[in-house]
Amino acid sequence: MGEVKLAVEDLHKSFRTDAGVLPVLDGVRFDVAPGEFVSVIGPSGCGKSTLFNAIAGLERPDSGRVVVDGRDSTGRSDPFAYMPQQDLLFPWRTVLDNTTLGLEVAGVPRRAARDRARALFGPFGLAGFESARPQELSGGMRQRAALLRTVVQDRAVLLLDEPFGALDSLTRTDMQEWLETVRTGFEWTVLMITHDIREAVLLSDRVLVLAPRPTRVHLDVVVDLPHPRGLGVITDPRFAQLEDVLLNALRGRRPEA
Amino acid sequence: MSAPTRGRARRTLSAVVPPLVLVVVGLVVWQWAVTSTGVRPQVLPSPLRVVEQGWRNRELIWTHTVPTLQVTAIGFACSLALSWALAIAVDFSRWLRRALTPLLVASQTIPIIVIAPLLIIWFGFGLLPKVLVIALVTFFPIAIGLIEGFAATDRKATDLLRSMGASRWQRFRYVRLPGALPSFFTALRIGITYAVTGAVFAEYAGAKEGLGIFMSLQKNSFRTDLVLAAVVVTALLSIGLFGVTHLVERLVIPWHVKRRRG
Repeated sequence: MGEVKLAVEDLHKSFRTDAGVLPVLDGVRFDVAPGEFVSVIGPSGCGKSTLFNAIAGLERPDSGRVVVDGRDSTGRSDPFAYMPQQDLLFPWRTVLDNTTLGLEVAGVPRRAARDRARALFGPFGLAGFESARPQELSGGMRQRAALLRTVVQDRAVLLLDEPFGALDSLTRTDMQEWLETVRTGFEWTVLMITHDIREAVLLSDRVLVLAPRPTRVHLDVVVDLPHPRGLGVITDPRFAQLEDVLLNALRGRRPEA
Repeated sequence: MSAPTRGRARRTLSAVVPPLVLVVVGLVVWQWAVTSTGVRPQVLPSPLRVVEQGWRNRELIWTHTVPTLQVTAIGFACSLALSWALAIAVDFSRWLRRALTPLLVASQTIPIIVIAPLLIIWFGFGLLPKVLVIALVTFFPIAIGLIEGFAATDRKATDLLRSMGASRWQRFRYVRLPGALPSFFTALRIGITYAVTGAVFAEYAGAKEGLGIFMSLQKNSFRTDLVLAAVVVTALLSIGLFGVTHLVERLVIPWHVKRRRG
């Protein structure tokens, strides 16, 4: 195994509810290499969001560690830039000022923050919409603005929580194609939650399948298809085979091998 | 340019015409009832007489309108300061929230009609008792509007800000505060309509000048027409201030006004 950017080591987490203790994470462990795009899929309610919150430092795990670049980052949010499913663009800010929010919070002077964000408006297909209000943008553009707000923070790892889940299927396909193209120009290390198997295979270098709750990594699949992948790759027999393996794993069956 | 302007003009017109029609119909019926029954003006003056006598005494009414406006402005400003301070304190401290919420509600059970004369006994005929009455009737809707506006912040938005490393104060400044402004302006409109009535009521209970004491004096000398003329002025003041809140809202949160229309 080569370099490791993000190491998730044996995360455990349970919640106290009225019905007793509810174990959610049961020893989740995996590594992500620098520049690697890893997707996490799992049956609904398996604890994907809890896992993400624990990695992003929004919730402390009961035990286990999150290590970024060799440093213990458990419970810390600063190595991660987080993109939620809803775009959460604020109507009282222009699109540009929405994208600089993370930098402003981090204390970057306003002008420098705007310059950094503005430089990304071209590659993100948002040029000319800097001073528009979010409500004037289409769904796909809003999602690209939200992704811009995430990557401009320049954190070590991007955490994308079903980034295209709220879009209609046509826009979603466009966005997947666009993300696959744009990411070749950057060196992002990405961890993405999705429930869309096709999206996972299309975008990822590796796909992790989580077991039902209490969850752990059930299967770790390498997607060995060359980048950049156009939509044509969907008809590749290896693509269909991977989809099949993942679907079976999601349903709780291990691949026969 | 001209099409949206025309559209807005038509919208304004369609908002103003129906209530105006109702008012005119009411006034006509009233005028007709007074002239046909021959009721004495001390009991019920006709609308025309109210307007005529009001106009004849316009300078006197104006000298009483100015102090009422002043008291309203000062009282409402104090009320605003108080409700903002309370709402922010409550938003930052769970303990204060638990401690203050029942007291806020309890403050609304105080019967103002009983307490206002007492305030005048305690604090005299000056500014203070009137400011207290106005604050007492207006701070509650504003404070509650703000508190609930802050609390209605999307949990996911809070998480997003936390993931950026935002402090509690930054979360307040970047999300909770701007997000609460629409609900603040709704509460402000409710508050401002109470403010003028509150001022008039406080003056009614005892004052040297103002529309309230003017009404009280005219009532005692059976000038029902002048009492009603002062009521009209009070109503116009309230409507005017109500309109001002809309203007301020459009200036402060244009993004919300636009979204509501769209």
